[in-house]
Amino acid sequence: MKLSINRHLMQRLGFTGITLMAIATVTPIVAVVIYILAQGLPAISAEFLTGFPHDGMRAGGILPAIVGTLYLTIGTAIFSVPLGIAAAIYLSEYASDTPLTRTIRIAIINLAGIPSVVYGLFGLGLFVLFLKFGTSILAASMTLSIMTLPVIISTAEEALRSVPQAFRTVSISLGATRWQTIRRIVLKEALPGILTGVILGLERAAGETAPILFTGAAFFLPRLPGSPFDATMALPYHLFVISTQVPEMPIKIQYGTALVLLVFVLTMNLIATVIRSRARAKRQW
Amino acid sequence: MVDKIIIENLSLQYSDGVESLRNVSLNIPENAVTVLFGPAGGGKSTLLRCLNRLNDLTEVKASAGRIMIDGENVLDPKIDVIALRRKVGMVFARPVPLPMSIRENLTYGLELAGEKRRSKLDEAVERSLKLAAIWDEVKDRLHEPAIALSGGQQQRVCLARVLALQPEIILLDEPTSGLDPISTGKVEAALVELKKEFTIILVPHSVQQAGRTADYAAFFLQGELIEYNEGKALFTTPKEKRTEDYITGRFG
Repeated sequence: MKLSINRHLMQRLGFTGITLMAIATVTPIVAVVIYILAQGLPAISAEFLTGFPHDGMRAGGILPAIVGTLYLTIGTAIFSVPLGIAAAIYLSEYASDTPLTRTIRIAIINLAGIPSVVYGLFGLGLFVLFLKFGTSILAASMTLSIMTLPVIISTAEEALRSVPQAFRTVSISLGATRWQTIRRIVLKEALPGILTGVILGLERAAGETAPILFTGAAFFLPRLPGSPFDATMALPYHLFVISTQVPEMPIKIQYGTALVLLVFVLTMNLIATVIRSRARAKRQW
Repeated sequence: MVDKIIIENLSLQYSDGVESLRNVSLNIPENAVTVLFGPAGGGKSTLLRCLNRLNDLTEVKASAGRIMIDGENVLDPKIDVIALRRKVGMVFARPVPLPMSIRENLTYGLELAGEKRRSKLDEAVERSLKLAAIWDEVKDRLHEPAIALSGGQQQRVCLARVLALQPEIILLDEPTSGLDPISTGKVEAALVELKKEFTIILVPHSVQQAGRTADYAAFFLQGELIEYNEGKALFTTPKEKRTEDYITGRFG
């Protein structure tokens, strides 16, 4: 009897400990969001969101940085999404286990571990200098794409693999080709998972500074970029600039910029979460 | 009786080294239920999967022999496999409704075959659901997800899905293994009707089912065809000792 009370107590203690740790992990995230909100919200105004910076960035808005980040995200999506999904389809549906595919897989895993500044330097060498794209949205988008690809490929492959094998067998047995099976069944069922991976990958790209530092980011531009070969301002780089390069910078603007970036990224996150939970509710397997 | 399928000296070895079929020769008559039975690992499913070339999806190391269907060797790499699979339909052990509505499950194969006319599709849906003895149960809910049906209903929808393609041969790989006795009875009753139109090859989930359904029966043991005869004869007076031992429950 005494033993069972002890056990009960131990269990309570254990659960309490685990719960505390779980709370501890979310505390910093919540704290960051609240802090940025509190500090940044006063800076948000129509002018801040739709105006150009002036007085050496110390006043005005951040429109070119917002638009620039939007362009870079779209540019990254254009290159990384088709390529990433195609690679995932190849790896999950067509590739058999050969030295070649093993090498590809290892490469993808290692690609994900490379520091982002290295991608930046690589982009500088390949896209900006060698391919002569210059410091441009194009070069920056391609650099971000290479960084994003491993995330998209591995999540998409995971999503494709989770579609039950029996669907493929049945579809083939009904006279479908492999590609028809992928297109009509496998991709359709894996789409929510793929989209989630795509959004998470793009979200990371949207928030990165280092890869665009040498490849596409501009300190200040008096107008919005007009072509993919123009350089652009971008939220994370702008934040870096106004936090470190501009003396006597009003702190409000820094936090306002951080808030806009945070909202941008968290919105993408929210979309991914909604897609995932909706798909889970509708799933027929 | 006309032989629909002529299997000559068929051998097959999987890549993991397991020999699955050893020199099997067998003639399967038209418009009858031919039952392939025996203990697990005997090569029955492998044989079925050769008939519609579903083994193409598996790593096969070596195969030899011929399978003639209507005078054409279906193991020939040059044949039209898609056309073969439309002609030789298959029902699996576990019902696998595709993640779509009942109607879409039925029209899936036809649409891939290029049939777009709504009237033709509607006609095929009704005809095949009736043949599979499930029409009355699902006719008012054709647009509901097929997964919402009970296991027994799902399996009959899967049978109907095969019938919609108007195949000539139907392969059934333990189609009732997950079903209750009533659902099993319905599937077996459907087979009796179906054999008037189709050539049916059934891997039963028990010796009893083999006995109930077989017009012809083939006993497989470790990849070899031990005995093949008319069902009645094989189950009442087996010639081989091993067949007798198996059907009287002495092993397996």
